[in-house]
Amino acid sequence: MPETILEIKGLNAHYRDFQALYGVDMTVAAGEVLAIIGANGAGKTTLMRSISGLMANGAGQIRYRGNDISGLRADQVAATGIALVPEGRQLFRSLSVEENLIIGGQIGRKGPWNVQAVFKLFPILAERRAVPATSLSGGQQQMVAIGRALMANPDLILFDEISLGLAPIIIKDIYAALPGIIGEGMSALIVEQDITKALSVSNRLYCLQEGRVSLEGVSGAVSRAEISRAYFGME
Amino acid sequence: MEWANAVVQGTLLGGLYALFAAGLSLIFGVMRLVNIAHGDLIVLAAYLGLTVVSVLGLHPLLALLVVVPVMALFGYVLQRVVLNRTLGDDLLPPLLVTFGLSVILQNGLLAIYTADPQKINAGPLETASVSVAGLSLGVLPLLTFCVAIAVIWGLQWVFYHTALGRAFRAVSDNQDIAQLMGLNRRHIFGLAMALALAVTALAGILLGIRTSFDPSIGGGRLIFGFEAVIIGGLGNLWGTLAGGVILGVAQTLGAKVDPGWQLLAGHITFLIILALRPNGLFPRISA
Amino acid sequence: MTHTVTRSSNAARIAGGGAAAIVLTLIAAPWWAGSADLRLIGEICLYLALASLWNLMAGYAGLVSVGQQAYVGFGGYMLFALTISAGLSPLAAIGAAGVLGALIAVPTALLIFRLRGAYFAIGTWVIAEVFRLSFAQISSLGGGSGSSLPVSVVKSLAANKDGREAISYWLALGAAVLVVAAVYLFLRSRKGLALTAIRDNELAARSLGIDIWRAKFVVYVVTAALTSAVGALIFLQKLRISPDAAFSVNDWTAFMIFIVVIGGIGTIEGPIIGTLVFFALRETLADLGTAYLIILGFVAIVIMLKAPKGIWGLIRARFDLQLFPLGYRVVAPDPKKGV
Repeated sequence: MPETILEIKGLNAHYRDFQALYGVDMTVAAGEVLAIIGANGAGKTTLMRSISGLMANGAGQIRYRGNDISGLRADQVAATGIALVPEGRQLFRSLSVEENLIIGGQIGRKGPWNVQAVFKLFPILAERRAVPATSLSGGQQQMVAIGRALMANPDLILFDEISLGLAPIIIKDIYAALPGIIGEGMSALIVEQDITKALSVSNRLYCLQEGRVSLEGVSGAVSRAEISRAYFGME
Repeated sequence: MEWANAVVQGTLLGGLYALFAAGLSLIFGVMRLVNIAHGDLIVLAAYLGLTVVSVLGLHPLLALLVVVPVMALFGYVLQRVVLNRTLGDDLLPPLLVTFGLSVILQNGLLAIYTADPQKINAGPLETASVSVAGLSLGVLPLLTFCVAIAVIWGLQWVFYHTALGRAFRAVSDNQDIAQLMGLNRRHIFGLAMALALAVTALAGILLGIRTSFDPSIGGGRLIFGFEAVIIGGLGNLWGTLAGGVILGVAQTLGAKVDPGWQLLAGHITFLIILALRPNGLFPRISA
Repeated sequence: MTHTVTRSSNAARIAGGGAAAIVLTLIAAPWWAGSADLRLIGEICLYLALASLWNLMAGYAGLVSVGQQAYVGFGGYMLFALTISAGLSPLAAIGAAGVLGALIAVPTALLIFRLRGAYFAIGTWVIAEVFRLSFAQISSLGGGSGSSLPVSVVKSLAANKDGREAISYWLALGAAVLVVAAVYLFLRSRKGLALTAIRDNELAARSLGIDIWRAKFVVYVVTAALTSAVGALIFLQKLRISPDAAFSVNDWTAFMIFIVVIGGIGTIEGPIIGTLVFFALRETLADLGTAYLIILGFVAIVIMLKAPKGIWGLIRARFDLQLFPLGYRVVAPDPKKGV
């Protein structure tokens, strides 16, 4: 039985008066790829922000490798080996492509990923390494964002809606590269609105609906009908 | 010839104004904070220099070795203890807190040193001059101008060629995501303020050697630095140097017409540029 | 059974009654207060007027100015210029100073509105410096050392000292009441609502079609006009003007900022409370000289960090009070009263 790398118990998340997550329970095993699907506003990005420390959580709600990381700041969470590919890419516009990658490795964790390795994965980036990162196309920016997260040599990588705003062919290319990226031993959480893509690369899936887990299952074994019901909240 | 001399003097004066402005510009660039107490911090540095010179008997330029680190440390602590708490979307807290800080600094210096004008004694440095192309240039203004160029060059180098500079740029672009890179933004902001106050310390000592100062002149120095930044254009340190030079030249030429017109000439030049080119002459970000 | 919507509340009605009573008592002050006390109350009124105006700009229009001394001094100098050179009566001169303040505020605003946020604030300071340096150049108004108000002008206010004191006092009281009332009525109006919307969320306000630039422009000019008028009144009482006194950052800006921050920015009640606290502190601590200002600075910083909405903000959060009713309240039907 592979060890549980991430355990979420009863996670509540609030934006001022508005509650976005209600008692979410989730586990991720080492080396597992988890898909998290749900409609807009279901709480997927909130979940990612909570895990990566960008949002405050109640004590004990998030455990990583057995340690309670709920109270940690985002920079402290990053040091434990969790990396986020943020929704909307969010590259640093004052930095070049290469600098965005370098700063991704700021955390200094050892591993196979470095600037050369990222350029080998996405050769187009090597050609544009000195260019301001935000002047790239959407698909290329997504590559930089993924590369930036990989530079931290994380054990758990979070992908937040990487297909958003990209042309279908680009999405296809990026998802084709994913299995090679995630590789051995790395765990991944993939947040997606595109269910087909999410199911194609994941072992298990969770569906969120209005802040609650509405479905949990093995990616190959869940029927489309079940997913639709859970996605839209119909009984 | 006299007018040429005035222009040259004004240009060299611009170096000092650029030093006033560099710290202001850096802080605004990294954390979008405008420090109303900036001018008073320049004056604080001058007084610290004065005290170090009289207590330790050092030459004023050597006193820099003490004052610069002290001010840098003060900047780090000030940022982490007070100013970090003011950062956010609301523009009032940083403005009002730094205003309160300005009042505290001015009156604190007044209480300790009284309102008597003071000057840092640097001996022959104050009056030495060199002859260049028929013009007589003061060594101190020339030195100040060179220091300004060196500082701006150094800051540009830090910003674009070091990991710290990368961190500054990343944090100023996107605080949240910068944290995901393992950057503790409170620490980064502290370092930015420390660097800014180190530059401010340089400016203060050079000011103190050049002219007499008292606790109340901080506001004026802030305004000169601010005018240099706006004339030059936001987000561009070399532009700030140009802005300082333009301001210095305007003031010196105005003084040539009538000594009482010096400051007014500078302000009016600033207002004219504000009217015609609101984003400054060489902007990289808009106001 | 329906809900009703009202603007007022019991607390506001009681406060309104109390305020009326206080104002009536204050109007009668020349008969029950001594010279020194009269002067103090007058000073409190003038500071309240200036603080309320600063608060309107900063707390509602988001225009933080550290240069309002420009208009205080301008108004003061206009008083001297108009009474001495144009032979206007002091009262007429005060009114004219207000109008002239508005006129000069128009090109000023066009210039400095190009700056935003803290840069705007410093820009207002530059303007004040330009005013100061310019007036110091005018020798007919005393140049750098200033001038005194001629006896003839002073006497034209009233024949005897008691009369002059009473009139000065009533003018100050009138200014305070007028300014607070004007601010209150303005904020209750549609324009005021637009301003509050801008303050709360500029982008949303703009998407509703509110012309932000114009709203801020109007506030700036009107504030400048009233500040100039108050400035004229201040220097009528001081009887002497000089560039440093007229355009002093400490007197006309720093103190106003402290008053508003301590009392509660962005509320009408805030400046009132702030002024009272400020004067209480001044009467007790002023002997300490510079330490007094340092203490003020610390208090302002602590309040800004710990209680950014000031004293009134704390009271309001605790008790949900609004003495100057600005919003609308929905009153639920009393279930006991039946249909």
